[in-house]
Amino acid sequence: MTVPIQCTPDETFVLNLGPQHPATHGVLRVKLTMDGEYVVKAEPVLGYIHRMHEKMAESGTFAQFMPNTPRMDYLSALSYNQGYVMAVERAAGIEVPERAEYIRTITVELNRISSHLLWFGAFVLDLGGFTPLLYAFDDREKILDLLERITGSRLTYCYYRFGGVYNDIDDEFIAGTREFIKRLRSRLPSMYHDLVTGNIILIKRLRDIGFVTQETCRKYGATGPVLRGSGVQYDVRKNEPYSVYPELDFDIPCYPEGDSMARYMVRMDEITQSLRIIEQALDKLPEGPVNAKVPKVLKPGAGDCYCAVEAARGTFGCRLVCDGGKNPYRLKLRSPTFSNLSLFGEVAEGMILADALAFMGSLDLVIPCIDR
Amino acid sequence: MDTSIWEPIIYLVGIMAFAGLNAAYLGWCERKGAGHIQRRIGPKEVGWFGLLQPLADGIKLMSKQLLVPQGVDGILFRAAPILAMVPAITSMVAIPFSETIQARSIDLSVLLIFALASIGMMAVLIGGWASGNKYAIISATRSVSQNIAYEIPMLVTVITIVMLSGSMNLEEIAMKQEGGFWNWNIFPVAGESIAQAIIMPISFIIFFICSVAETNRAPFDMAEAESELIAGFMTEYGSMGFGLFMMGEYLNIVVGACLTTILFLGGWYGPFGFTSSVFWFLLKIYILIATFIWIRWTFPRTQIYKLLNLSWKILIPFSLAILLLTAVFLKVEGFLI
Amino acid sequence: MSDYWSDVINGTRSLVIGMNITVRELFKPVITEQYPHFVPVMTPRFRGHIELIGNEETGLPNCVVCGMCQRACPSSCITVAGEKPEGSKKKVLTKYILDFTKCSLCGSCVESCNFNAIKFSHDYNLASTRKEDYIFDLVKRLEEQS
Repeated sequence: MTVPIQCTPDETFVLNLGPQHPATHGVLRVKLTMDGEYVVKAEPVLGYIHRMHEKMAESGTFAQFMPNTPRMDYLSALSYNQGYVMAVERAAGIEVPERAEYIRTITVELNRISSHLLWFGAFVLDLGGFTPLLYAFDDREKILDLLERITGSRLTYCYYRFGGVYNDIDDEFIAGTREFIKRLRSRLPSMYHDLVTGNIILIKRLRDIGFVTQETCRKYGATGPVLRGSGVQYDVRKNEPYSVYPELDFDIPCYPEGDSMARYMVRMDEITQSLRIIEQALDKLPEGPVNAKVPKVLKPGAGDCYCAVEAARGTFGCRLVCDGGKNPYRLKLRSPTFSNLSLFGEVAEGMILADALAFMGSLDLVIPCIDR
Repeated sequence: MDTSIWEPIIYLVGIMAFAGLNAAYLGWCERKGAGHIQRRIGPKEVGWFGLLQPLADGIKLMSKQLLVPQGVDGILFRAAPILAMVPAITSMVAIPFSETIQARSIDLSVLLIFALASIGMMAVLIGGWASGNKYAIISATRSVSQNIAYEIPMLVTVITIVMLSGSMNLEEIAMKQEGGFWNWNIFPVAGESIAQAIIMPISFIIFFICSVAETNRAPFDMAEAESELIAGFMTEYGSMGFGLFMMGEYLNIVVGACLTTILFLGGWYGPFGFTSSVFWFLLKIYILIATFIWIRWTFPRTQIYKLLNLSWKILIPFSLAILLLTAVFLKVEGFLI
Repeated sequence: MSDYWSDVINGTRSLVIGMNITVRELFKPVITEQYPHFVPVMTPRFRGHIELIGNEETGLPNCVVCGMCQRACPSSCITVAGEKPEGSKKKVLTKYILDFTKCSLCGSCVESCNFNAIKFSHDYNLASTRKEDYIFDLVKRLEEQS
């Protein structure tokens, strides 16, 4: 329930939300000026986990920055990995074999599902429901097992290489993925939608809470499910197609309401769409090499290139400036969560505390991605 | 009745033992139940099936330092956990566990239990206020407005029962429901009118929802909403201060379940009328407690305004309507039969 | 008014559906792995910390001390040293230290190696309270393994 505050209240107090708070999912600090339970002003304070990724990129070779990319957004690590790899490939003019592109698509969509599943669990946990978290983790565990088989790690995957992928996938992975698609499709209606989406308490807490208008999105540069929940059908996979997405048939879920429920529904629908993408990619998976011939020491010519991918939280952009040397001259990373968080202060004004936190959960924040 | 000195002592020890055992092992039950609902095991390392876990927790809590933060009201801060525990145990004095097992038969026992429950609420308010923590104060104010809102429909429902039974003594209310389940207040088919039997289940649901809210259990755990208020009024409490709050919470659940059983589920009478013993009473309260746990681990938390809306817009109108209808049915004999 | 009634009725129904699902889950078997009692099997591609590969016949390390891994490492956690014994053309590895406190398990070292000299180990029970436990002497480790 959002009530506009007519006058400046005489007595307000500052509530320090975080850097250690169960609802901030990391070291985010939000300075809330409160009038009773109402938020008068919300001011996110960043920088607690800043690791200077951009500077680190400049001081190492192109390949040495690779393991940093999954550490930015540890939940959709592969999207970030892909964004960086694609930017370097564009700068160096490397052609990626088709099989590698398909493998990238399959793994990145699996990663997107696992990210959304974790968000689902954590979001319902923010709203006070404990059990759906464990059910979502049960499914997520299956994805982690699948990805662990081929990438060797469970969370911060660093699987893509310039011009391909680290390792080819095997038949067991393909069979396991198909089985997982079947499993999640059978579980989605009951374990997710019946238990949580249809629940009256959840509907009452999300519907008409935290309106994000298209103007607000434009002002702060919000992307991803936040933007699509406000009725803008923008997805990098469709609007600036990359990899093999043009050859696959999928929809961009979009809800015009702009409230927390719309963002929730966008993400739940995206899980279904990702399952569709994976299924098609598995059917079309061509034979062939998974790695292009790439020199061991990469020296792209001087130039400037930008590459964007659709990560689980929105557009992840990589601007790479090269001066012809072994190291990137400058690497600018545009992370979606930073923009999505920026609009929190404006939208949360006038909300009551519980709603503000539910709204924050619906933005799907990953703190290392904000600070980089 | 000849009273020896031993009778009060036995009751005192009995009630303390019952309360202590429940406070300790309901925590275990909750963790085990939550575990299995989430397809985990729950406590399993300490003792057989983790049965010694409450003991281990108790030792841990007692061996910790009782930390009183700087600048708090020391007396109130220390008094609050005790205040959470004492009324819950005291209310057990008035609860009849069977025809013969009751510490004290009090004429106004219903009123007494409600009065004590309100004192239990004071513990939350005092604890939250004395902590001098902003989260705790928000939590305390929340729980007060919540309890005012939920005591009204609860009491209106109780008045309905009192009108039907013509007594405010829990023992007499239970005795009125002697016989099989068709005599119980939840569905009194054998009562004066069938119409009464149709509205009583609604009344039971209202009472049950209110008792969930009164005991601050999820989905109405506004006071300790951990994702919003860290731990609410318990934020500054550690060691046994926290332990007493937890035990008080579980004891409140036991009292709530006892009250529901006596008012609606026929107290100690078996469902088919031949038997009546403390066994049935305990069975009923533990089924109710299991439902409490089951609800907690199923639903997300409500929001404070939605919670108040639920009370003022749905529960209070419904309970008032039931009260009015009951009055009509009682006056007009043979209504709708 | 009709909204009010549909809220009450549909709301109650959704709550019952939810409780029905959780009670069904209550009686299903447990899915968690009881870790210290049952240990997970690591997949072949699992990335642990690195270890040296010994020659199958001699058991000596395959490493020729080219230093590629040392240069490839983004966090400089590898220190390699070797010496050339008299009369031999190839360098012999004398020291291979992995500072695991800095390692991020990226595997750049394994990829950069042209001589099949290092691989990922499958160890994962690596908790310790002392920093020194994470400075691995991989030459010693290889000797112990053989």
